[in-house]
Amino acid sequence: MADPAQPSDSNRPALALHVPEPKYRPGDKADFSHIDIGQPGDQPRPDEATHPSAMADLAYGLVRVLGDDNRAHGPWNPRLSPDTLRAMLGHMAMVRAFDERMFRGQRQGKTSFYMKCTGEEATSIAPAMALAHDDMIFPSYRQQGILIARGYPLIEMINQIYSNKADKLKGRQLPIMYSSREHSFFSISGNLATQTPQAVGWAMASAIRGDSRIAATWVGEGSTAEGDFHSACTFAAVYNAPVILNVINNQWAISSFSGFAGAERTTFAARGLGYGIAALRVDGNDALACYAAAEWAANRARGNHGPSLIEYFTYRAEGHSTSDDPSGYRSAQEREEWPLGDPVTRLKNHLIAIGEWDEERHAAMDLKCAEEVKATTKEAEKNGILGHGLHHPFHTMFEDVYEELPWHLEEQAAQAIRERIAKFGTERPFG
Amino acid sequence: MSETVATVGEAVLAERRLNMIEAINEALGIMLERDPDVIIMGEDVGYFGGVFRATAGLQAKYGKTRVFDTPISECGIIGVAVGMGAYGLRPVPEIQFADYIYPGLDQLISEAARLRYRSAGDYIAPLTVRSPFGGGIFGGQTHSQSPEALFTHVAGLKTVIPATPHDAKGLLIAAIEDNDPVIFFEPKRIYNGPFSGFYDKPVEPWKKHPDSVVPEGYYKIPLGKARTVREGEALTVLAYGTMVHVAEAVCQAKGVDAEILDLRTLVPLDIEAIEASVEKTGRCLIVHEATRTSGFGAELSALVTERCFYHLEAPVERVTGFDTPYPHSLEWAYFPGPVRIGEAIDKLLKD
Repeated sequence: MADPAQPSDSNRPALALHVPEPKYRPGDKADFSHIDIGQPGDQPRPDEATHPSAMADLAYGLVRVLGDDNRAHGPWNPRLSPDTLRAMLGHMAMVRAFDERMFRGQRQGKTSFYMKCTGEEATSIAPAMALAHDDMIFPSYRQQGILIARGYPLIEMINQIYSNKADKLKGRQLPIMYSSREHSFFSISGNLATQTPQAVGWAMASAIRGDSRIAATWVGEGSTAEGDFHSACTFAAVYNAPVILNVINNQWAISSFSGFAGAERTTFAARGLGYGIAALRVDGNDALACYAAAEWAANRARGNHGPSLIEYFTYRAEGHSTSDDPSGYRSAQEREEWPLGDPVTRLKNHLIAIGEWDEERHAAMDLKCAEEVKATTKEAEKNGILGHGLHHPFHTMFEDVYEELPWHLEEQAAQAIRERIAKFGTERPFG
Repeated sequence: MSETVATVGEAVLAERRLNMIEAINEALGIMLERDPDVIIMGEDVGYFGGVFRATAGLQAKYGKTRVFDTPISECGIIGVAVGMGAYGLRPVPEIQFADYIYPGLDQLISEAARLRYRSAGDYIAPLTVRSPFGGGIFGGQTHSQSPEALFTHVAGLKTVIPATPHDAKGLLIAAIEDNDPVIFFEPKRIYNGPFSGFYDKPVEPWKKHPDSVVPEGYYKIPLGKARTVREGEALTVLAYGTMVHVAEAVCQAKGVDAEILDLRTLVPLDIEAIEASVEKTGRCLIVHEATRTSGFGAELSALVTERCFYHLEAPVERVTGFDTPYPHSLEWAYFPGPVRIGEAIDKLLKD
């Protein structure tokens, strides 16, 4: 029981605890007119070597390139070729098609879990394209766009999602927790923000070795509250690490709005300023702005000018995962009212506006993506779906805990195999 | 393997005696020299050379990008070490006191320990986390703890604890070369001399102990192999770190013909040595300084009971620290010293 206030305290004003509350709950009409999104092209683009304090305003504004006229504006226009823009659009369309199919697969019982990145595609695909192919990625769990942009085979992703017999991770990881050293894509953890100091450490190692590769990490705005994120910022600043800290502010952490990570007080980009880290706040639904910001930060890191923190201001258009229903905690209108639109539509309209794309080609591309995902899914299903899950030999459960199996794991492996035989007999091809 | 063993008894080396800090310092220097991927980092380890001097002189010799100070953030120290390991380095972070390791636990348990497994070998975390642990130095509750059981409970971590300068050097080199994450706890009470547990008697320096003879150059002691401190018939003592010396002194004082095993590595454990000894003596005493409940002694007791039950002539006995925070002024009342160990031996040998 709490200690009661002493009588002598009675003349003092009563303290009040503030518990943040989002503006809109289910059934409310969403209105985002209070969000100052500025004007495309208005933000200055400082030199990549600029001291963080001399560009502090960029942590509070919003770097935008694509205007309502579907044209690119201002100094942050990355001036990408139409081919590059079409490739970017293609990756975004593919991710969307992939998400649709995998989400449906989970609902059909083919796997246990899935997470879409709908509405946030630009925040992973555009930065991935701005980085070198061998720059190291330390992702969170919603960056499937990076793997697709780097050409990771769809079938490997699906095998992993199904935990089937062809899953390179041997069914050990929750669906979507990919890993591909070949694609410089770090193993995804289910623990939040742990990847952020790891990215800084990788970048420090690269600098220790006089390498030219840099590291980039992605983290949600909600998990910037973790101590790991602050450790990452401290180490990045202290050692001037060649790293990019990407904060995806998609407004929601499962059912907790960004206010529970501090968004009522300041921006997430502004977190960087306290550490002396260059900070940019970017329209995360504007693929050109996302590309330009990542390119700026990569140049900064590669030039030994230090780390950057980029807040991508975006909106999580779908639920957190297949395990939650957003209609239970937020207004269904938020998605359509979001003032920065949809990233795929905006990039598509830009390409059309500059005469490099049309609706027919777009529809054909969407169809092609859907067909490719469908065909690849069928191919992956030949390797099995999650089902009872027992696709890999039981001995593999004990491998890779250590480089070599110690006696106690050998004993436990033998037990697991005995249990398998007791249940299934000796007919099973595994174990 | 020709360079792995230098014989202690070689005349030319016989007089080179080191304390445990010097032995650790030498191991670190050898690994910095041999392997360009080895880096050392931690609070105060750089210019100053560490609060216990374990890294003294290393920054001056190997440079600031290989031996450097860190922010006071154990989460950050372990987290960046995991990233460095993923890059291909072989980091040897120091956590200044084991009591401070808890902010780094998530990075150790969920990341370093699981990385090889969850990535199916794409990435590994070949870290060796050095940390002074244990009490007996009036360190109070935040400079005295023995949290080794927490780490032995984590699949994917190895836990190593040396008890002599000779072992500290060879085990540390083996730990650094190991491709799995290793927690290397250094019993700080015996940094400067083997401690008998008789706190009211004069301190002995390492120079008088045979295991302070440390060969020059590179050698390693394999992880997972216990050391027989002395052979005996009356009972088996399982101990590690400081308590090896305390148990030895008590057995000597009582004239008990104990077989004392210094486990050296808790995971992987040398179960063969344990079984062979208990089967021979039929009695088992387990000694550790850490708190009792769910301590590593509970695991040892269960293993001995499960595997040697029909050889036992008495119930397994545990002598441990009490289940309290480590007290400052009552340190010697907390410490599992000669009285507690002596009573347990008497109980074991009663029948």
